[in-house]
Amino acid sequence: MDDSTVAKLEGANLEDLGIPTGRLAMWWFLASEISIFGGLVCIFVLLRWRHPEWASEAVHTINAAGALNTVVLLTSSLSAVLAHQAAEDGRYRKAARLLGATFGGGVIFLCVKAYEYSHEIHAGFVPARSMFWSFYYLMTGLHALHVIGGMVAMFVIMLSVRKGLNPQRVEYVGIYWHFVDIVWIFLFPLLYLAS
Amino acid sequence: MFDSWLPEAASSYAEKIDGLLVFITVIVGAWFLASEALLVYLALRYRRVEGRPAAYIPANTLRVMAVVLVPCVVILVFDLVIDAVAAPVWHEIKETQPPHDALIRVSGEQWAWRFFYPGPDGVLDSADDFEVVNEMHVPVGAVVLFELVAKDVLHSLWIPALRLKQDAVPGRSIRGWFKATREGRYEIICAEICGFGHTLMKSGLVVENQTAYRAWLDSQQGTQLAEAGHPGQR
Amino acid sequence: MAHSAHHPPVGFLGRYVFSTDHKVIAKQYLFTGIFMALVGGFLAYVIRMQLTFPGESIPGYGHVSFVHYNAVVTLHGTIMIFWVAMPVLLAALANFLIPLMIGAEDMAFPRLNMLSYWIFLLSTVVLLSSFFVPGGAAAGGWTSYPPLSGSAAFSGGQWGVSLWILAVALEFAAFLMGGINFITTAFNMRAPGMKLFDMPIMVWLQVVAAIVFMLSVGPLIAGAVMLLLDRLVGTGFFDPAAGGDPLLFQHLFWFFGHPEVYVVLLPGFGVIGEILPVFSRKPIFGYRMIIYATFVTGVMSFIVWAHHQFIAGIDPRLATPFSITTILISVPIAIMVFSYMATLWRGSIEFKTPMLFALGALAVFLLGGVTGIHNGTPAADIFLHDTYFVVAHFHYALIPPVFFAFFAAMYYWFPKMFGRMLNERLGVAHFVFTFFFMNLTFLPMFLLGFMGHQRRIADPRVFDTLRNAQVENLHWLATIGAIGLLLGQIPFLVNLVMSLIRGERAEANPWRANTLEWTVPSPPGHGNFERQPVVYRGPYEYSSPESSEDFLPQNAAP
Ligand SMILES: [Cu+2]
Ligand SMILES: [Cu+2]
Repeated sequence: MDDSTVAKLEGANLEDLGIPTGRLAMWWFLASEISIFGGLVCIFVLLRWRHPEWASEAVHTINAAGALNTVVLLTSSLSAVLAHQAAEDGRYRKAARLLGATFGGGVIFLCVKAYEYSHEIHAGFVPARSMFWSFYYLMTGLHALHVIGGMVAMFVIMLSVRKGLNPQRVEYVGIYWHFVDIVWIFLFPLLYLAS
Repeated sequence: MFDSWLPEAASSYAEKIDGLLVFITVIVGAWFLASEALLVYLALRYRRVEGRPAAYIPANTLRVMAVVLVPCVVILVFDLVIDAVAAPVWHEIKETQPPHDALIRVSGEQWAWRFFYPGPDGVLDSADDFEVVNEMHVPVGAVVLFELVAKDVLHSLWIPALRLKQDAVPGRSIRGWFKATREGRYEIICAEICGFGHTLMKSGLVVENQTAYRAWLDSQQGTQLAEAGHPGQR
Repeated sequence: MAHSAHHPPVGFLGRYVFSTDHKVIAKQYLFTGIFMALVGGFLAYVIRMQLTFPGESIPGYGHVSFVHYNAVVTLHGTIMIFWVAMPVLLAALANFLIPLMIGAEDMAFPRLNMLSYWIFLLSTVVLLSSFFVPGGAAAGGWTSYPPLSGSAAFSGGQWGVSLWILAVALEFAAFLMGGINFITTAFNMRAPGMKLFDMPIMVWLQVVAAIVFMLSVGPLIAGAVMLLLDRLVGTGFFDPAAGGDPLLFQHLFWFFGHPEVYVVLLPGFGVIGEILPVFSRKPIFGYRMIIYATFVTGVMSFIVWAHHQFIAGIDPRLATPFSITTILISVPIAIMVFSYMATLWRGSIEFKTPMLFALGALAVFLLGGVTGIHNGTPAADIFLHDTYFVVAHFHYALIPPVFFAFFAAMYYWFPKMFGRMLNERLGVAHFVFTFFFMNLTFLPMFLLGFMGHQRRIADPRVFDTLRNAQVENLHWLATIGAIGLLLGQIPFLVNLVMSLIRGERAEANPWRANTLEWTVPSPPGHGNFERQPVVYRGPYEYSSPESSEDFLPQNAAP
């Protein structure tokens, strides 16, 4: 190695993969999340395929509510994208407002989900009723927990980005929110439509 | 040889499994001893000596790496040989079903084994079935087809003398077979942890000649025919 | 990233308890792990005594009922894997070493790191508390197969298994956080000049282990939630009466369970890979080959899981394919082992305690490795499954990375961690005891397995085939071995305490090693490096013709 290389290395930056650390962390986190939901979806599909009779249970899910929630999540994902854009442009108050809109989407989603659960439980479709309902509550419940987790993170980030702190986190929470959205896009047809 | 440690072999496939155990042990044992000897040799031969510096061998070319890779290819060959020898044994024991002379349903529950015999009609779940607890009788030299079920939790049907082990799973009926080749009394054990009484979950296997087996069948049918309910799968 | 580096924490609490310093967190994991190893070791003592003197009162424990025995066996396995191997090998060593070895001031996410430890500690408390709840601790084996673990009706206590699941789930959450830190730190915070293939083997293997863990654990997390729902809400995921399937849980468990073996094995191999070159004064043999072999191992570990289920009631036609993948995974592992052995070839070997344990790990692991072929062959597994042969096999496979490599790591990095050397004589005694008694404990178990002695029974005398002098003698030997093994740890514990108080002060680089952790004072200060180190070469340039000395640190200017 000649002297010029040595000189170049002194005071150089840390070696990295060219991906911001926060985004890298988020990707790995989501990789392990994918193995949770991916595992569940695989099991469900295999079982559902072996048990066509589950269709008679699946008709009792409230398709309209599920569809509404799909739209709500997609819209909230859009505002998350816009929030990221705004944060990149340095418009932090706008980014916070848009994150607030995404947060609101989460609230609507959970309200609709709560309505569905109470309706279904009143009608006797409790988790222990049959395998279909067990899976229904397991997967939607786990998903709802992820929605809640995302909302908590979003709330914290909303407060800080307003003051211009850690604007890169808007992107990371957005990636997470897209993931939650994508999981729902798998769950909706599997649990609601396939009846 | 270590196969003297194995329990008495009393089934048609016991010797094949034993042979396989010896075969594998000899191959991997030789590898083990050779590697161990090499490790000790290298450690002692190249211990620190004043005036003998270490060689600089980073091994970043395939030529040098071959020192490691070639033995590993040989290992790969041995691995495949072992699997090639073993696969037919597994196939015969677990994947095929020779025509059977007797049929028994074996049911595990906390903490006992029950054996259901089909009775004179040869069909299970019929009125002439009868049930025995904790003792299975089979004729020597006959292929026995068993249907293994479990009532509550996992159990594992383990008859060391027959080299037979198969888990019993609630909700499934798992078929298997064995041919006992030697008369005698053997142990039936549960090999899968199944709760507090797991250790005590054992029963007997009586392998007897056709005459004795017939007589036993008749005596069981005589006493049980009247009270026979409808034992069977849940 | 690590803003804390600019203002070191103040006060006892800030410095030693609620610290975000990776070195402090490593020590917290370390001491918690050592404490749990003592608990797990005590349980092993109870198991051995019960098998040798069934029904008699055991000094220090009392009478072991069959109920207790199952719980003791379950908790021994659970603790040794999840509360010893994982925190010590993965969490403690990775936390301490990754930033130091790559020239970083701390982990990428120090606060997440602290959170990881506190969640782990919580999981430890939950697990230990399960000993004292009504009905006792979980007693369904460390695999907790349903239906046995799915309902209190089958396994007694309402609380034990539920707390077990909760503890394991919390533990997984802790290690997910840790894993994210290890991966991102190693990938994104390397010193200038340190390319990915300039990272020490230890860092690489920790990263691969973390990745394997993160990608395999998901299904078991789902399975644990399902099992908990079965117990608490009355769903029937694993209950055949409700249409569920007990085998499903086994698949979820072993999809994680087998990769988990490598999650534990790889960091242990990483330790050996650091120590062999230093004490042979020779570059590691085939650095890239070893790392590629780990990648292959990591990938393959995902497609072997059903070898735990050959006779579990799965379709028998699956056995041979899974057996082939299982047997094939021996090839990359063999590459690693042989590369390590080839590192000794034409070296200049110095038998210091770390080296003794590293060599001992290889010697012991060889037997654990080859006996995996027995178990991985389905037809042989019919006989060997659930016998003591399996017990002997996995102890031979896991004790080398979990204990031998851990001890090697302690003797090697203790000076860096605490600024003092460990005593060599006590270290050698510790090695001799550990090596001898380890073999005395587990060699007899291979023979017990050949005799058909099944696992997890509380009293061998119940069985005609096991009621004989041979079995009794072998149990005797194993028990003497186990007690010797436990007592053999006294020199180590004494050494730890004595050396902490008045051990010889360690210089920065007592072993004349190349990696970056040896360029900072022992122990390193807050923020690790006073000046950002720059890396010019790989980590194993020992006896290089480029240098007049027999080592050439990664950061020495050319
Ligand atoms: Cu049992
Ligand atoms: Cu495995």
